[in-house]
Amino acid sequence: METYVILKLIWTLLLGVLLVGLAVMVGMDMGVGTLLRFVGRSDAERRATLNAIGPHWDGNQVWFILGGGAIFAAFPTLYATSFSTFYVVMILLLFSMILRPVAFEYRSKVDARRWRGAWDWAFLISGAVPMIVFGAAIGNILEGVAFHFSWDGQYYQDQSFIWYLLNPFALLCGVMSLALAVYQGGAMLMMRTEAPIAGRARGFAMAGGWLAALLFAAGGFWVARLPGFVLTQPVDPGMPATPLVGSGVAMAVGAWLSNFYIAPLLWIAPGLGFFGMIVGPLALAARRPAWGWWLGALAWVGTIFTVGFAMFPFLMPSTTAPAQSLTVWNASGSAYNLSWMLAFTLVFAPAVVIYTGWAFRIMRGKVKTNAIAENEHSY
Amino acid sequence: MIDATVVELSRMQFALTALYHFLFVPLTLGMTVMLAAMETVYFITGKPIYKEMTQFWGKLFGINFAIGVATGLTMEFEFGTNWSMYSHFVGDVFGTPLAIEGLMAFFLESTFVGLMFFGWDRLSRPAHLAVTYLVALGSNLSALWILIANGFMQDPVGALFDPDTMRMEFTSFSDLVFSEDAQAKFVHTSIAGFVCAAMFMMGISAYYLLTRRHREFAARSFRMAALVGVIASLAVITLGDALGRADYLLQAPKIAAMEGIWDTTKPPYEPWKLIALPNDAAQRDLFSFGLPYVLTPLVTHTFDKPIPGILELESDAKPRIVRGIQAVLALHAYATTRDPVALAVFRQNESDMGYGLLAQRFAPDQDLAKITAAELPTILDLTARETIPNVFVEFWSFRIMVALGFAFLAVFAFGAYYSLRNRLERHPFLLKLTMWSIPLPILATEFGWITAENGRQPWTVFGWLPTFQSASSHALGYMLFSLIGFALLYSSFIAAELYLMFKFARLGPEGRAAHAPPQPGPTLAGAPGYADKPWQ
Ligand code: HDD
Ligand code: HEM
Ligand code: HEM
Repeated sequence: METYVILKLIWTLLLGVLLVGLAVMVGMDMGVGTLLRFVGRSDAERRATLNAIGPHWDGNQVWFILGGGAIFAAFPTLYATSFSTFYVVMILLLFSMILRPVAFEYRSKVDARRWRGAWDWAFLISGAVPMIVFGAAIGNILEGVAFHFSWDGQYYQDQSFIWYLLNPFALLCGVMSLALAVYQGGAMLMMRTEAPIAGRARGFAMAGGWLAALLFAAGGFWVARLPGFVLTQPVDPGMPATPLVGSGVAMAVGAWLSNFYIAPLLWIAPGLGFFGMIVGPLALAARRPAWGWWLGALAWVGTIFTVGFAMFPFLMPSTTAPAQSLTVWNASGSAYNLSWMLAFTLVFAPAVVIYTGWAFRIMRGKVKTNAIAENEHSY
Repeated sequence: MIDATVVELSRMQFALTALYHFLFVPLTLGMTVMLAAMETVYFITGKPIYKEMTQFWGKLFGINFAIGVATGLTMEFEFGTNWSMYSHFVGDVFGTPLAIEGLMAFFLESTFVGLMFFGWDRLSRPAHLAVTYLVALGSNLSALWILIANGFMQDPVGALFDPDTMRMEFTSFSDLVFSEDAQAKFVHTSIAGFVCAAMFMMGISAYYLLTRRHREFAARSFRMAALVGVIASLAVITLGDALGRADYLLQAPKIAAMEGIWDTTKPPYEPWKLIALPNDAAQRDLFSFGLPYVLTPLVTHTFDKPIPGILELESDAKPRIVRGIQAVLALHAYATTRDPVALAVFRQNESDMGYGLLAQRFAPDQDLAKITAAELPTILDLTARETIPNVFVEFWSFRIMVALGFAFLAVFAFGAYYSLRNRLERHPFLLKLTMWSIPLPILATEFGWITAENGRQPWTVFGWLPTFQSASSHALGYMLFSLIGFALLYSSFIAAELYLMFKFARLGPEGRAAHAPPQPGPTLAGAPGYADKPWQ
């Protein structure tokens, strides 16, 4: 195989890894934010909840930022097109996301009920909305998006968002993503908070995990009935990266499952997903939150790779101009760029994993409700 | 067809969100380094007052940092949400520094900032010091990479346009990273951050000295800030001069607009205009006063090189526009037919393609093919004028920055002098002046950015891609929705920020006694092995 093709494949895999990292690390914090008002009844309990992820939320959030940056570099046309197509929900996502850093830093700096109460709502919004949008965006991409390009590469949207971005299938994906986030956040809280917060968190997390399993199954049946996309002519995977020349693409009901029939080994991905979502809550029931946390991460791996396997090689199919659908082959960066980025990833990604692990180790152990008042930087 | 109103609104949104982000960034850049410096002194001398300084200034830093992070999130996605054509056109080069910034800088800074705040009792003293240094390193590395990205927009090196993919493709990593513009920009900007941080610390310390509280703490903070401030403001001025020279070499229209030069002065004894009222419509000054001879050596670093004036630049642009129109027409033909002849024509005129794209705006239906011979001269005139940024804005934003820069040097110098002689409390006027100067360096950086970004107009990628072409083709309603939302959110953020900043600055370092016992006793206790470390 040509080097360029290998690079495109590696970056597709890394895109998957990146989305998993984002879903696990940011999802966990979003889950905690969503649960804040429910697991913490008193102010002291809420502070304990927040401080459980206090030292880490900012580092975790970088997965989200890196998601933007890495897609920009590795799949520029995907970055350009997807965020513009999803404009209104992306902006909603940003509006809610940007509440969170401020909420962490400012909430506990003023000792007034209304001030803190308002920020607690901000945590709920900034936890739930981004996760729903994240899942819904994946759902929308599975359904195909209405866009085309003019000759010079400018993208045009062919349908206004209102009626199609938040449709029932996309919402199902959105709720599933929120459920998994609640699961992950709950598992984290079990590790780092004491009773009664940990106990309440466990209840929510178990419900979240099982709900996600249910929705994952429902989504699977739905996808079998959904028009998917297939290539009708072979494309040259080493082609210059541009959707403008067009490729032979057709829409067909159930087409998203065809990769699984061609390569039955791929069923491993949904299998892992279900395993994580069903066994994970059992681990929590057995009071093994660390096991539960890793099983939750496994559930995300399974889910995201299921979607990736189903769609390969599509990244963002177009319903109105299927020939201009974005694929792994026609939307990537140049070989030169992908190689440099790979070099940086090989050096810095392991470093990030190591020092993040170290930071979690340093801060491990349960947050004591009474000790928070003593640290002047507590949230 | 591109809707001009949507482009204007996208520009407005980008300008507002970027300027807003940059209200908080300079303090982050400077304060992280100051915190590292204070903690180093604590580490070496072991005097608790320096730990107190690190923690108090760290708390104020945190209040500022949160909004820097929040507003940075917007920026990272705004290229995709609002500048889709731009992102498609240069993503292959421009996305790379952004991705590296995340991987190399944001992870570093954001992971360790948590440990910096929460790790005082869990880390050994050397480990905590190392963490603080990593935060400072991370924030300045983030500036480095984002400014490399911005440098590419100002001086697009390291990439070539490829007609097969209709975008610029990355060709040289070292050209991109070591671009003259990017390097000059990085040092100037990051040191401008030190100026901001120094003034912030000095101003708040001056407030304590005036109200005779926390005197020991304030005197030490003041002295440290004043000394850093003198050096940093000298450096900012020197490096600003280097940046101006980079502009002279790379972006003639920007420098002409900055200095308000309409006609090329020959022989080159360009006056340095101190005050002028440039009128863009009439393309002349309504009034101007300057020092003759001074500007030529200032800008060119020689006595005999002319600085091209705006009128000359406009007439120089015309042949490029003609070739550019050829290039774009040939490119369109090649895109639809893959005709090698069209490709050859494109290749001949390739380097002027951007000027053809620029002319599209004035063509009938924005279609170059529809230009008739009779219309061509008007279109050439309009496009040539379009190549010049708004002179009034450029001239004055540059002047305000420079004037403030010299004023800061004076304030810091007096501050350092009286602080070294322990005479500060006898000069309440100086203390008040310092206090009122806290926001001014941040204002100077904002004007610096307006100089840099307004001066780049009409391009997003200088000479290659016009701003007009770069925006996403959104409906007007979308833009109103996002603009109104950002306006509401950002205004409430700044209100909350200022409220907390004033509250905690007024409380002062001992204010924390209300929250915590002075003893660094166990806080987030429960970590195994916690108690048996002697330094805790
Ligand atoms: C404390 C803030 C501060 C101060 C006192 C100065 N600057 Fe500055 N300047 C900035 C903060 C700044 C900045 C915000 O950091 C900018 C915006 C873009 C950039 O690279 O740096 C900038 C931009 C900027 C540019 C435009 C760069 C471009 O086109 O890309 C020039 C030519 C100068 N500066 C030159 C100067 C000179 C000659 C100064 C002499 C006093 C000066 N600056 C003081
Ligand atoms: C944070 C500091 C920055 C500030 C305050 C700032 C300010 C501005 C302003 C005032 C404009 C509007 C110019 C006009 O339309 O007349 C603008 C436009 C723009 N800037 Fe910056 N800028 C900053 C940094 C950057 C960086 C680092 C990049 C790229 C990495 C960038 C990319 C852009 C883009 C894409 C536009 C929109 C297109 C345009 O109007 O040119 N900016 N910015
Ligand atoms: C216009 C383009 C810009 C983009 C896309 C951008 C992106 C971001 C993002 C995503 C964050 C949040 C990081 C976090 O969560 O930790 C951030 C914060 C920050 N940005 Fe910007 N930024 C821009 C302009 C700039 C400029 C011009 C500079 C420096 C000169 C800068 C320096 C910083 C710093 C120091 C922070 C502090 C917070 C942190 O790193 O966590 N940014 N920026």
